[in-house]
Amino acid sequence: MQQPMFSAMRQSIIDGLPATATSLAQQALSLGMAPLDAINNGFVPGMEAVGDQFAKAQMFLPDMMASAEAMRGAMAVLEVELQRQGTERPMAGIVVLGTTKGDIHEIGKQLVGTLLSANGFRVYDLGADVPGEKFAAKALELSADIVGVSALLTTTMRNQKTVIEALEKAGLRPQIKVMVGGAPVTRRWAEEIGADGYAKDAMSAVALARRLMEGKAQSASAAVLL
Amino acid sequence: MRPKLELLDKPLIERILDEAFQLIRGPGVRIAPYGFDLLRSGGASIDGDVARIPEALARQALATVPQEFFLYDRRGDPAVHYGGDDVHFDPGSSCLNILDAETQQARPAQSCDLVRLVQVAEMLPQFSAQSTAMVCNDVPAEIGDWYRLLLVLWHSEKPVVTGAFSASSLHTLLELLALESGGAEALRQKPRAVFDVCPSPPLNWSEFASQNMIDLARAGVPAEIVSMPLAGATAPVTLLGSIVQHAAECISGITIHQLACPGAPMVWGGAPAIFDMRTGTTPMGAIETAMLDLGCAQVGKHLGLPTHAYLVAGDGKLVDAQAAMESGISAVLGALAGINMVSGAGMLDFLACHSIEKLVIDAEAIASAQRLLQGIEPRTESLAVAMFAQTGLRGDFLKLKETRALFRGEQHFPSAVIDRGAPSLDGSAPDILRRARNRADELVAAYRRPEISPDREQAMLAFAHHQSRTAGLEALPGIDRCRSQTD
Repeated sequence: MQQPMFSAMRQSIIDGLPATATSLAQQALSLGMAPLDAINNGFVPGMEAVGDQFAKAQMFLPDMMASAEAMRGAMAVLEVELQRQGTERPMAGIVVLGTTKGDIHEIGKQLVGTLLSANGFRVYDLGADVPGEKFAAKALELSADIVGVSALLTTTMRNQKTVIEALEKAGLRPQIKVMVGGAPVTRRWAEEIGADGYAKDAMSAVALARRLMEGKAQSASAAVLL
Repeated sequence: MRPKLELLDKPLIERILDEAFQLIRGPGVRIAPYGFDLLRSGGASIDGDVARIPEALARQALATVPQEFFLYDRRGDPAVHYGGDDVHFDPGSSCLNILDAETQQARPAQSCDLVRLVQVAEMLPQFSAQSTAMVCNDVPAEIGDWYRLLLVLWHSEKPVVTGAFSASSLHTLLELLALESGGAEALRQKPRAVFDVCPSPPLNWSEFASQNMIDLARAGVPAEIVSMPLAGATAPVTLLGSIVQHAAECISGITIHQLACPGAPMVWGGAPAIFDMRTGTTPMGAIETAMLDLGCAQVGKHLGLPTHAYLVAGDGKLVDAQAAMESGISAVLGALAGINMVSGAGMLDFLACHSIEKLVIDAEAIASAQRLLQGIEPRTESLAVAMFAQTGLRGDFLKLKETRALFRGEQHFPSAVIDRGAPSLDGSAPDILRRARNRADELVAAYRRPEISPDREQAMLAFAHHQSRTAGLEALPGIDRCRSQTD
C-alpha cells in the first residue's frame, strides 16, 4: 500500500499540484501512516527530484514555485499531526531572511525562502527594506542559525555589510552564519564584507545553507572537544 | 526612405492603452503620501496608499506633456533632441563594478574609472550624451549620487543622463547643475541633464520616486521615467501584458508629474526585461527584452511623447562574442525603432558592470546602426547606367569621379577597433579586446578637458568641498588628480 502512495506523493510535488499533495497527506494520515514516513519517503523525494530536474534545465522557476506550493500544502497537514503526536520533523536550521534597507525587491529572496522551507528549514521572512538592526533583533529572538540578506540594486548591495555590522554589534556574529545573494552580488563581494557564503540562485542557496549548517555542527563538536 | 521597425499595429496599441487606463483606475497605483494632495486635487481618489486615477485625468496630463525638448551642452547649444524619431545613445548608468582593463576581472569602480569612461565617451561622437555611469567606491556612499554628476560635469560638455539615489539628494544634484548652468532659471531654460526616475513594479511610485517626479517637474528639469516590468516575475509573463503594465506605470507617473507642473518636460522611458525562468536573472541582452523595449517605446510614440529605452547592454561577464552579439543586435533594433535616447552601452553582467573596452566596441555597433538609419538613397540621377556608360565592362569604377565624390557618403568608416585588414600570416594580429584597449588609450590621450568659466568652476569646487567635508571626504578624487594620470 505504502509504495504506490509514496510514489503518488512524490509525483504530486514534481507536478506542482497543491490540492493533490494536501489530499494525499490527509489520506496517508487517515490510513495510519506516520507523518514522518510520508514526509521522508513521499514528499521530500519529490522535492529532491525537482531539484535534480531544475539542475538539468528540465524544470524552470515557475515549475519549482508550484512544487514548493504543493510541498507547503502537504506539510501544513502533516505538521499538525506531528505536533499532535508530540514529535517533530528534524529541522534543518532556522533562517532569518530579508532584503536590505532601501531595497524593495523580494522575488529572489521569496524564492530562496520557499525552497529553504520546502527543504526542512524554518524560515522567518522579514520582507523588504529591512535595516541591519532588525535582522539582528529577529535573529536573537529566534536563536537563528543563518541570516540571509538579499539585494537587487548595486546601490543597496552595500547595506548587506551593515547587516553583518549589526550582528557583530549585537554580539551574535560568532554563532550566526550570514549568506548573501542578489543580482549584483558576487562571491568576491561576499568575501569582502565578511559574509560566510554567497549563492547565485535559489537552489544554490539551499545547498549553501546546508553546508553552513554542517559547518556550524562541526564547530560545535570542536567546541565540545576543546 | 529611412528604415523603421514597428512591432505593434495601431489597434493593438489602443488595446494596450485601454488596459493601462483600466489598471490605473483599478486596482490603481500605490503612491507615497507626497503625491496625495496633487492627485486628489486632480480628481483621483486615495484609499490607504493606493490612488485610483480616472482616465480623463490621465488623458489631460498626457495632453500637457511637451512632445519634444532639447538637452543642452555646456556652451548652451542644443545637443540632444528628445522627440520624433531622432535617435541618441549614451553609456549605461550607475553600476558598481568595472571590468579592469588589464585583468579583465570585475572590481569595484573608482572615481578614476568614471573619469576615464567620461573621457572616452566625450571623444566618441556616437554618444550624444554622457551618463553618471558608475558609483565610485572611493567616495562615501551618502554623497555617491551627486559626486558622480560632479565628475561628469567636470570632464564633459555633453548633456548628461543622471538620477538621484534618494528624495532629498535630488536637490543637491539640482543645485550642482544650477551652479554649472549659471542658476536655476538658466538650468530650467536650457537643461543640461535628464533625471531617470524608477517606479517599482508593479504599479508602485515609492516615496523617493514620487517625490523626485514632483520636484523635477517643479524645477523644470526633464524627468525620464524608467519603468522596469520583469515579465513573469513583477509583471505579466506575456510581452503584451508587461507592455500594458509599463504604460500604466508611465501614465500614472506622467499624471503626478503634470499635476505638479503642467508642461514640464518628461520622457516615456524604461528598462523592461524578461525574467529568466531558469536562472532568475533579468537578461538585458535577450531578444524578448529588446522586443519589450521596442513595444513600450512604440506606445510612447503613439502618444506623441519623447522616448527612452535600455539597450546595447549584455549579460556575459567578459567582453566577448556574446557581449558583441547582444549589444550589436539591440543597438540596431533601438535605432530602427526611432527611440530618442538609448542607454546601456558599455554594460555587462545584467547592468552590474561597465567595461570601457566594451563601450568602445559598442560605439562601432552604434555607428553601424546610425549608418543603417540613413538608409539607401539615390545620389545620382542615373542609378548605374551612366557609370556603366563611362566604364563599359572594364569594371574600373575606382577611377570614376562619382566614386571619389560619393564613397564617403555611402560608406561608414569604422575605427581600427574593427578589423578589415588583410589576414595576418603569423597569427599576431591583436584581438578585438586589444584593439579596443588601444583605441581607448588613444582617445584618452587625445582628450582635453572642456573649459568651464573660472567663476562657475570655483563655485562648483566650493560646493563640492563643502558637501564632501560633511561626509568626511577631504580630497576630491577624480578632480584633484587621478592616480592613472600621475603614474
